[in-house]
Amino acid sequence: MRARPLSPHWTIYRMSRYSMASSLANRLTGAALSAGLLLFIYWLTALARGARAYARAQELLGSGLAKFIYLAVIAAFCYHLIAGIRHLIWDTGHGLEKAQSQRSAWLVIGAALVLTVLCALWAFRAREGL
Amino acid sequence: MSLQTPLGRVRGLGSAGNGVHHWWVQRLTSLALVPLAVWLLVSLLSLPALDFVTLVSWMAGTWTASLLTLFVLIACWHSSLGIQVILEDYVHEAGLKTLSLVLSGFIHAVLAAVGVFAVLRIAFGSPL
Repeated sequence: MRARPLSPHWTIYRMSRYSMASSLANRLTGAALSAGLLLFIYWLTALARGARAYARAQELLGSGLAKFIYLAVIAAFCYHLIAGIRHLIWDTGHGLEKAQSQRSAWLVIGAALVLTVLCALWAFRAREGL
Repeated sequence: MSLQTPLGRVRGLGSAGNGVHHWWVQRLTSLALVPLAVWLLVSLLSLPALDFVTLVSWMAGTWTASLLTLFVLIACWHSSLGIQVILEDYVHEAGLKTLSLVLSGFIHAVLAAVGVFAVLRIAFGSPL
């Protein structure tokens, strides 16, 4: 028997459509933030193990690759935060009309971009220890 | 004997028998994470330096330690619920699905315990 299609049928939709893409992106950024949470807890344990352990962990946590990952986590957070608020508003039954959700999709992307740039500028200003 | 109709009995229960509980908790944790995560990001970004002493003295504050504990617990909970839905949707093979769901649950529980312990250890001042 041929394998039957299982939900969610994301391959049958046109991804150029704003609604599908913005919802899938919310999932992807959520998964990325789960990885970020793993990194955050590693950082907490490094701090909890004392100054010398933290200095050792700094070799990994202060590297160029790590800084790129922080930037990616900040971007994922900004998107997930704003898209998540959009989902919470939808849950109250508001903003579900086609035109409204199309407008809010662009609003989410724009606001997430602006917020990411602001946070990145703030995070990567000259500071000791990073 | 109940006089409820079969439809009345099943209404709101959903296919898994526990209705909207998962959906509802995912919303509640997301609502709680809005202020908590924004607080954490703003706090970390506004610290004057990111060296060991600055970070530990920031974390030793009562409010910081309490909010960090809350953040770790709720973020792990929210992450666990989110990853669970992704696995349920995209892992189609039954055995692999169960295995990945169980693993994800265990990993999130361990993460929460380790995270909370780390915060408390810093707050109660054993490092330095």
